[in-house]
Amino acid sequence: MARATTIRQKTITTIIAWTVAMVIVFPILWIVVLSFKSEGDAISTPMKVLTSAWTFESYAVVQDRSDYFKHFFNSVIVAVGSTLLGILVAVPAAWSMAFVPSQRTRGILMWMLSTKMLPAVGVLYPIYLLFIELGLLDSRTGLVIVLMLINLPIIVWMLYTYFREIPAEILEAARMDGAGMRAELLYVLTPMAIPGIASTMLLNIILAWNEAFWTLNLTAARAAPLTAFIASYSSPEGLFYAKLSAASVMAIAPILVMGWFSQKQLVRGLTFGAVK
Amino acid sequence: MATQHSQSVARMMMAPAVILLLGWMLVPLTMTLFFSFKKYLPLRGGDLGWVGFENYVRFVSSSSFWPAVATTLIIVGGVLAITVLLGIALALLLDQPMWGQGVVRILVIAPFFVMPTVSGLVWKNMFMDPVNGFFAHLWRFFGAEPIQWLSQASMPSLVMIVSWQWLPFATLILLTAIQSLDTEQLEAAEMDGARPLGRFWFIILPHLARAITVVILIQTIFLLSIFAEIFVTTAGAFGTKTLTYLIFQRVLESQNVGLGSAGGVYAIILANIVAVFLLRVVGKNLDA
Repeated sequence: MARATTIRQKTITTIIAWTVAMVIVFPILWIVVLSFKSEGDAISTPMKVLTSAWTFESYAVVQDRSDYFKHFFNSVIVAVGSTLLGILVAVPAAWSMAFVPSQRTRGILMWMLSTKMLPAVGVLYPIYLLFIELGLLDSRTGLVIVLMLINLPIIVWMLYTYFREIPAEILEAARMDGAGMRAELLYVLTPMAIPGIASTMLLNIILAWNEAFWTLNLTAARAAPLTAFIASYSSPEGLFYAKLSAASVMAIAPILVMGWFSQKQLVRGLTFGAVK
Repeated sequence: MATQHSQSVARMMMAPAVILLLGWMLVPLTMTLFFSFKKYLPLRGGDLGWVGFENYVRFVSSSSFWPAVATTLIIVGGVLAITVLLGIALALLLDQPMWGQGVVRILVIAPFFVMPTVSGLVWKNMFMDPVNGFFAHLWRFFGAEPIQWLSQASMPSLVMIVSWQWLPFATLILLTAIQSLDTEQLEAAEMDGARPLGRFWFIILPHLARAITVVILIQTIFLLSIFAEIFVTTAGAFGTKTLTYLIFQRVLESQNVGLGSAGGVYAIILANIVAVFLLRVVGKNLDA
């Protein structure tokens, strides 16, 4: 910004902004603190919580009692698996729409987007029934398929907006230099497309990791990813604040880190390119 | 330009995505429509034959329908109002020069990445629990009687939890939009003597109109189908049963599939009405 700001103004803005940010992020900070406390200390007054002894015990207990890493692993497989599968299907589609557009391209894109807006609860029973019939209930395979399908429109859209930014002149130049279809794909387009594909994957892993309708309704003990596993704390036995905090911190930490890297993609991906 | 050959290759490349999505849409949708015209109770006799529009009539005339509509409207409306207003304020704040801007931005956005079951349970237990929750301790510290958040003030509590999750989304999108504003225009206005409020009202807000529309439409779609937050906090008790939750209960908890499917069809129609507006905004951008 070209306008001059005084140090005073900047100081005031900084103080206000940091205060607001701390209030917003406080619940997350608080569970980080609680996760390092004993169960007894975790329910006492905030002052006592802060001054009591720090311990790692909750993290160990969560793993011992409930096989935490099985669920963590389920989350990884479901999020990464559905994203990879989605990319596999979406790259050719987005590619052809961006580089060989026809009159129908626009209609197809809009239609794909409209499938994303289908409320999940409207098709809950059919999917549930199909899952029983196909033996997919409480299986990671089933979840990978469903999460791939619900995120496919977003993947296609994001890739499409990225691919469209690849200038057509580059292709023409490559063709003039005698590059064939294969060379064009391999040496010209692919390197330019990789950043877009990577961003799309990042956002979709986040979305799939946090998905909490199908994961809650289609899994039980075996295939439950973290979303469903943590929901089991809604009817807890005994003291559980520290354990729930530890389980939560581990569940959100990887995604928080990825999320911070993907702020820009988030805007593009979730507004379907309507806000840039 | 595209030749006949490349057009047919393009169609082949598109086919898997189109076929998958078509199947994902048509198969369950047809089944939902099919069930909605049947009396179908999987645990109590199974398929009891066609009943015409009876399920549709029963769904809207049941005593839980209008309360569910009201609950849905309060959640969607409340969260939209809070996130859009605070989102604009926050976006304006974050756009100002300050120390540690990048870190502040990251902190503000963080709640969006917390999975819904975690945020629901953390708010319910660590903050809103009337005995051990943070708020209870805080209230007692000031000598006040702790509030039974999720039972006595269930709707405000739920709106608060969901707003916390969605405020980062609104802020991030509005901030992106503000940053694309031409600063010269603002400077010109300032030189012409426009006061801050005037600059906001006549330049920034009109510039944000489109982003605000997008935020409202996208959030509405997601908020209409809020599920996990209710599932882990109140499980639909204390007047927090939204349409989505009501349908879920009809279908999976009481296994009245016909009735739930009719509700599902209503939900689909409702979402489509919102979707038409959203698609129009998105489509405009496609031409640009």
